Amino acid sequence: MSEVAFDGVTKRFGEVTAVDQLTLDIADGEFMVLLGPSGCGKTTALRMIAGLETVTEGTLRIGDRVVNDVEAKDRDIAMVFQSYALYPHMTVARNIESPLVARRFHVDADAPPRKLTAAERSERVDQAARSLGLTDLMGRKPAALSGGQRQRVALARAIVARPSAFLMDEPLSNLDAKLRAQTRIELVELHERLATTFVYVTHDQVEAMTMADRIAVLNEGRLQQVGPPQAVYERPHNLFVARFIGSPPMNTVPGTVVRTDTGVAVQLGGQRIDLDPVAHEPLADGTEVVIGVRPEHLAVDPDGQVKAQVRAVEWLGHERLVVCDLAEHHITVRQSSGAEPVAPGDVLALTADPAHVHLFDPNTTERLN
Amino acid sequence: MSRRTRDALVGYALLVPSAVIFVWFFFYPLVRLFVMGLHQQNRTGTAERYVGWSRFGDVLTGEQFTEGLRISATYVLYTVPLGLVLGVLLAVAANRRLKGIKVFQTIFSSTIASSVAVASVVFFVLLNPQIGYFSSVKFFSLSDPDTALRGVALSSVWQNLGLTFVIVLAGLQAIPDEVDEAATLDGYGPVRRFFRVTLPLISPTLMFLAVVLVIFALQAFAQADILTQGGPVGATETLVFKIFRSQQPIDQGTGSIMALGLFGITLLVSLAQFLLLERRVHYGN
Repeated sequence: MSEVAFDGVTKRFGEVTAVDQLTLDIADGEFMVLLGPSGCGKTTALRMIAGLETVTEGTLRIGDRVVNDVEAKDRDIAMVFQSYALYPHMTVARNIESPLVARRFHVDADAPPRKLTAAERSERVDQAARSLGLTDLMGRKPAALSGGQRQRVALARAIVARPSAFLMDEPLSNLDAKLRAQTRIELVELHERLATTFVYVTHDQVEAMTMADRIAVLNEGRLQQVGPPQAVYERPHNLFVARFIGSPPMNTVPGTVVRTDTGVAVQLGGQRIDLDPVAHEPLADGTEVVIGVRPEHLAVDPDGQVKAQVRAVEWLGHERLVVCDLAEHHITVRQSSGAEPVAPGDVLALTADPAHVHLFDPNTTERLN
Repeated sequence: MSRRTRDALVGYALLVPSAVIFVWFFFYPLVRLFVMGLHQQNRTGTAERYVGWSRFGDVLTGEQFTEGLRISATYVLYTVPLGLVLGVLLAVAANRRLKGIKVFQTIFSSTIASSVAVASVVFFVLLNPQIGYFSSVKFFSLSDPDTALRGVALSSVWQNLGLTFVIVLAGLQAIPDEVDEAATLDGYGPVRRFFRVTLPLISPTLMFLAVVLVIFALQAFAQADILTQGGPVGATETLVFKIFRSQQPIDQGTGSIMALGLFGITLLVSLAQFLLLERRVHYGN
């Protein structure tokens, strides 16, 4: 068990900066998800923890040890690869045993670490295999396993040595949707059982939202926001996070702040959305903003101030997504499937929940409210 | 005519060219070897008479054949393990992402483009007892019957190195990076990773190369002919060399039988290699 701390860590590949000045503390026992689009630097960050990439600048600590110059094989880290990276020529049992063979372990109290005996290894392998339901597959080779089984073998190989941190690089991306949902729950249970630091890389926000203690959102090598899933969802720090997290994404439309005697509002083309006057006290009249409202925080209301024309309706069974034209922008409204039907061409009057209106600076993209 | 019959006819028609080539250049000569082995020629080589199978036994147990076979087998032992080890070492050394590594890869594989004759001439200059750069090295001196075969073998190893290198490199590059990385995180250093992961995963490649190199070595002729003309005192007369020497107008039988013997041995060795190594070789999914 160890915390992992990035302190101003930069990774450059030639001219390309993959990770830029990353400062991030991952607490001992935390389930941290590094989330971002492909090429955002999340996998590079993970590989630096593993020791598979060197750190160009800054310091990286695991526990109380600076590991910049510690070799990967000496870091006491386990990693589950996207491709699982099982040894194709070894049986399941030998694959799981692999991390136990070369290393020394603290087995005996007050004695220096030593290599495990064959019996000790086999006991640990059996235990790991049992906890992942692999007992019947021990003699098979990876080629004879299904994708889900291979994934479990990779997990068993990761947990068998009881490492100080687990790194996972999109471990669910090769599974079908049903198995992925099931494995998400199992991973959370595994994390609770092991009470060890997990660092998990994904581009899938559902995985991030459902499993993480905290999410670190990265884009173009830079950390955008860190926080618990709900906080990141409810108070995105900038436009990137606002648009990246949430499906369908947050509606974002440029507008101008208007102060009147009655309060504060944002002017969008010829329309207005009222804001909570107390919360938006500091915003000066005429400030250019980007207003963001999530699809579920827009509602059809006969008294609504915003008029938008329905362009398309997507029926998803339990809900409906209504795509509307507002000025030159598309906005999406999420409705329960029991709501009054709408059809393309209808003009809807919409209200935005004032508690859930986000304002961003159009130049810096930072949050304003 | 049913569709099935028509398809079959088209299929056979398409096979005809390769069948003709096979029969003409491989099957017919093989049969001719048997025929020549079963007949004896007169002094002028103008007529022959049937002498029967007993001659096969005489030739295949005779000193010519067994001595040639001994030399060829030694040649296999000299060339194949060394060639494989060197090829793997070079390929491992060159299988990394470095600037300019392609230059080294090209250099290491360049011997693939040289013929046996070129390789032999190069080594003739290096090893020639009078003028060679390495003529003073006793270990593979061409003038000593005990070491001459090593000198010849050296030229073969060098010449085959390009092929071994290219094929092993391809095998190495087929190993996913993550598998090697997983072994690193499992706590293995570079040497143990090589034996634990790399070597088993390129074993099919090595098995293929072992078979090919053994066949090459059993067929060795030109190297010996150019470097030593079989000498000194016949120490580098490989089996093919002896076959070539024994083939004369008045005796086409002995060489034919020896050639058939070599064919049989090559076949058996290749089969044995496949059967023995197959069990130890991992073929990935």
